[in-house]
Amino acid sequence: MALNLFTRKQAAPPPAIEAATLRSDRFRLERQTDWQRLDAIVTALEKNRLRRIADDDLLDLPVLYRKAASSLAVARETSLDAATLAYLEALVRRAWFQVYGPRTGFLRWLRGFFGGGWSAAVRDLWLDICIALAVMVAGTLVGWLLVAGDSEWYYRLVPDGMAGGRHPGASPEMLAQSLEGTKGAEGLAIFAASLFSNNSGVCILAFALGFAFGIPTLLLLVHNMAMLGAMLWLFHQGGLSFGFAAWLSVHGTTELFAILLSGAAGLHIGRSMAFPGKLSILSAASASGRRAAVVMAGCVLMLVVAGLLEGYARQLVETSEARLTIGIGMLALWLAYFLLMPRRPANAGEHAA
Amino acid sequence: MSSAAAMQAKRQLREARRSRDLITPEGLSLPLTIAGWGARAGALVLDLIFLFLGALAVILALAAIGFGALEAMFEGTPSPAVELVVVLIILAFWLARYGYFLWFELGPRGATPGKRLIGIRVAARDGGRLTAEAVIARNLLRDIELFLPVVFLISLIDSDGPNDGVMGWAATVWLLVFMLFPLFNKDRLRAGDLVAGTWVVEAPRMKLASALSVVSSGARDYRFGEAELAVYGEHELQVLEGVLRQNNPDAMREVMQAICRKIGWDAGAGHEREFLEAFYAALRAHLERGMRFGKRKADKFSA
Repeated sequence: MALNLFTRKQAAPPPAIEAATLRSDRFRLERQTDWQRLDAIVTALEKNRLRRIADDDLLDLPVLYRKAASSLAVARETSLDAATLAYLEALVRRAWFQVYGPRTGFLRWLRGFFGGGWSAAVRDLWLDICIALAVMVAGTLVGWLLVAGDSEWYYRLVPDGMAGGRHPGASPEMLAQSLEGTKGAEGLAIFAASLFSNNSGVCILAFALGFAFGIPTLLLLVHNMAMLGAMLWLFHQGGLSFGFAAWLSVHGTTELFAILLSGAAGLHIGRSMAFPGKLSILSAASASGRRAAVVMAGCVLMLVVAGLLEGYARQLVETSEARLTIGIGMLALWLAYFLLMPRRPANAGEHAA
Repeated sequence: MSSAAAMQAKRQLREARRSRDLITPEGLSLPLTIAGWGARAGALVLDLIFLFLGALAVILALAAIGFGALEAMFEGTPSPAVELVVVLIILAFWLARYGYFLWFELGPRGATPGKRLIGIRVAARDGGRLTAEAVIARNLLRDIELFLPVVFLISLIDSDGPNDGVMGWAATVWLLVFMLFPLFNKDRLRAGDLVAGTWVVEAPRMKLASALSVVSSGARDYRFGEAELAVYGEHELQVLEGVLRQNNPDAMREVMQAICRKIGWDAGAGHEREFLEAFYAALRAHLERGMRFGKRKADKFSA
């Protein structure tokens, strides 16, 4: 398209400047070749066809942009040609988005993200993470205590589809059987993919609900953890607490960590909207929203790992000791990454805010 | 006539309410127009249609390959090939839900295909660059604004629980609150825009129209006096420009007759375009001369 425009223009030159009777039209005819050249470059940029732009064009882009901007300023004061003014405004606006919106490519963004952007954003949320952790622990305790007091609560906290035969009163053998792995790897990929899809939905929900001042996020965390507390109690009754903890830890350390982070991210937004401090609510919300979005992008990645661990490692590794080792190892890995990865220098990235 | 003027004033006011100024580093104020609710909704509907068609194409393609294999999976142990297909489907639907908007809005045009067709784009509210984080944040919120209540409503259609009516109403209210959210703030922000620090602005692509004073199609020589040109202002000039660019004979005849009545000329027939071109050039020259001396005339009602 870009090249087409050039060739077409060479084939049909603009009308002679002298032909125009109006001063403002002569002004326009003198400059429209530059405008159309800028138009072609911007169009190519918008279509992400960087290789099809000649080096000369790319070098001239800032100059052409400034020329068009000053043409617009002059035309506004001297010309009454509405079509030309509208064209120039649209052109300068499009060029502005391309000239002053230098995007980091996806790969560069990813490098910045893993090279410190993510861990720095997680560390920025330390207070929210502490609150979310406290809420999650409290939720687990509540689940445990409720079920310990009256086992009817179990049916309310754990939906039927998830319980899968793990009811109060089930024999220890049945419970133990539910912790066993499978022999082969068939079907596990589907299991892993659907787990990931489901869990990331929960995480994104926890994050997005933070918009309502964080309260629904906290409720969601309490509800999910109460379910865990209830199941913990059940396996404890069966004398299987160690086996259950090991079974859970394989993926649980990663998955619960991701849920913790997304809950904290939601809480961060809610908290900054409820207590914006010196900023306006809108700017507080957008600053915290961007910071939390970095954490969330990481959470999705953590859930991919968790889905793989849950789908494969948990089903294929049989002994509790090996499962626990994997779980604790993953936890140590995440903690080390978040705590030790240095923040990038401020001029290198945009989300170190 | 005064009611027409009042209506025009009202329309201008409505448009002015949506226009914002962006100050470029050159000190030039660049007008931005906030995209209206209708444009936003239209773009969303288009995107959902694209997503739906995409999903339909995937399903039809699978049906062509052979759905029997897929059903076998639910009964017995799946073969590796079927397993791969199912994994791909799960991931594809996940990507459609979260990735579609994200991917396109991260591109250089900052707009999904639906937004592009409507002519709007996402931009950072502070005039800075649109960062990846902002796009991620605004699209994650889309989940609770749109997908969650809609999926919930669809799931209610299947079930027949005792509280379905109440739950359905709750989900509908939920959906409406977020859908109508943009109507209750001046920047037309939805919840995701608010959290991400973005807004959606009009970003039309235009073609440069031809210069009107260059093409002179006739040999007749019209001369207009100062008093004859003084009756109209910039608004009428722009209307005339629109008429000339549309080049509709009926409209041109009507406009010519109106002008001739106003300036007291005897309107002939058969040379409408010639007359209007000449009048346009003369009026524009007159008004632009005034502009250069710092005197502007907005329309025929102003002094």
